[in-house]
Amino acid sequence: MFAESSLNVRNKRIQNLFRILFMMMTILLIIPVIIILGTLIAKGGSIISFDFLFTDPTNGMTAGGIFPALLGTIWIVAVALLASVPLGIAAAIYLNEYAGDNWFTRIIQLAIINLAGVPSIVHALFGVGAFVIFFGFGTSILAASLTLAIMTLPVVIVSTRESLRAVPQAFREACWNMGATRWQTIRRVVLPNAVSGILTGIILEVSRTTGETAPIMFTGAAFFLPFLPQSVFDQTMALSLHLFVVATQVPGVPDNLPFGVALVLIAMVLLMNSISIAFRMYLRGKKKW
Amino acid sequence: MVNIGLDVASMNEPAVNISSVPNTKLEVSDLTISYGNTPALSNVNFSVEEHEIFGIIGPANAGKTSFLKSLNRMDTFDSNMTVNGQILFNGLNIQNLKNIYALRSRIGVVFPLPVGLPLTIYENVALSPRLRGIKKRSELDVIVEQCLTRAALWDEVKDRLNSLGSLLSGGQQQRLTIARALSQAPDLLMLDEFSIAVDPVTTMRIEDVLKELKKDMTIILVTNLVQQARRLADRTAFFLEGECVEVGVTEELFTGEVNDQRTRDYIEGKFG
Repeated sequence: MFAESSLNVRNKRIQNLFRILFMMMTILLIIPVIIILGTLIAKGGSIISFDFLFTDPTNGMTAGGIFPALLGTIWIVAVALLASVPLGIAAAIYLNEYAGDNWFTRIIQLAIINLAGVPSIVHALFGVGAFVIFFGFGTSILAASLTLAIMTLPVVIVSTRESLRAVPQAFREACWNMGATRWQTIRRVVLPNAVSGILTGIILEVSRTTGETAPIMFTGAAFFLPFLPQSVFDQTMALSLHLFVVATQVPGVPDNLPFGVALVLIAMVLLMNSISIAFRMYLRGKKKW
Repeated sequence: MVNIGLDVASMNEPAVNISSVPNTKLEVSDLTISYGNTPALSNVNFSVEEHEIFGIIGPANAGKTSFLKSLNRMDTFDSNMTVNGQILFNGLNIQNLKNIYALRSRIGVVFPLPVGLPLTIYENVALSPRLRGIKKRSELDVIVEQCLTRAALWDEVKDRLNSLGSLLSGGQQQRLTIARALSQAPDLLMLDEFSIAVDPVTTMRIEDVLKELKKDMTIILVTNLVQQARRLADRTAFFLEGECVEVGVTEELFTGEVNDQRTRDYIEGKFG
């Protein structure tokens, strides 16, 4: 009764074929990551030290550390987050919880999607026009961060919206039925259950902001600065631009220096991602439905 | 009609209470509900008395759930839904209420499938009091224990009030949602086919709870089990395809004193 027919055998063979095919595709994905990390560690690992991270560049950036750039990247990312996270979350809450489905919200929707598709160099030029010149911030951390914030807003809005949408509608209706207002419902039931998704979006934004070069090179990041930024109205060095500079613009840089800078940059991004994954796992463990 | 903002005090205010004369809790006249151009319910006229269990029976698509939704103004969340006609709740026209949140907080709702909010058992029941502004832990404790006891759930959960409501079994979750509805200290409790996902033993327990609750509130019981309506309801309305076919004293309907042949057929199980 359960003897294998030739059809069974064929189905099984095909099934195995596809399983192996898909598995190989998946493995292919990992290869570039391994090669990139491996190369960076092999060629740049030797330069990483406490001094490299915490001292200034010397000898026309051909020696010394990367401290101003590292600090500058943290400045830029932090200010960009301060601007984009509240704005993005508020917009997402409005779109998902308050606004109905009408031509107005559809236009906003379309605008967000298009904003995500704008090339970063266009954002850079917009930033120069809007923040550096029109608002008069000059080339500064503020201008660079706001440019990045606008660029990454769609990430925050879309990811926040998706996580709000994942909270079942029945929860909202049960709350409304009790006489809760929309805001009470959002604060007590919807947001607490969407937090993990929202955080994931924010951390994605952080990793993207950390690596961007074009939007900041005209708006606030400097080639080289002999001092550290004192406020958001100062220019600053940044890791991504520093990497570009030491890799292509300055003669006589030792081989391991650019690789070291790249390694630090990628380590920052990976660190951020790991924190987000860990945090998400923690929150998912507490997931309530 | 004067446009009155409703507050909790005015809803609590008992009319002159003569025990022999029942007070009208709800008066529905010419109620018509439609979704877009599709009518869901038309020309409903009846009233529900205080301390009555009012049953609504009828097959799917009869308009029963739409009726419940119109009572606590859930149409404000559905732009597609239009409600016409008049609904008086405690003598107040609910279409004109400014404070629909106060109205909703006076009406407890239990859905067909239990909706345990993603909160602990305690918080599920404490949420509504918290929304009303009760912050003191000791007051909340009392309310939580009271409501869970009345919903016949306290003994089963008193040792794990801080575990998640969604970890309870289906029948327990449904009793939790009843406890949550009771935590609103409602005037009116609406149950929409509450026993659909509940085992027969639990159903019987909940039915006993409802008979008990009747002393303190008015209950509208939508059910697709005609025998359940017979067991519980003082009066019963029969809805069919968007029409309120008949309203009558339950026992009379079930003993054949009906005005409409369709009611008899439905009760006897000939269709639906």
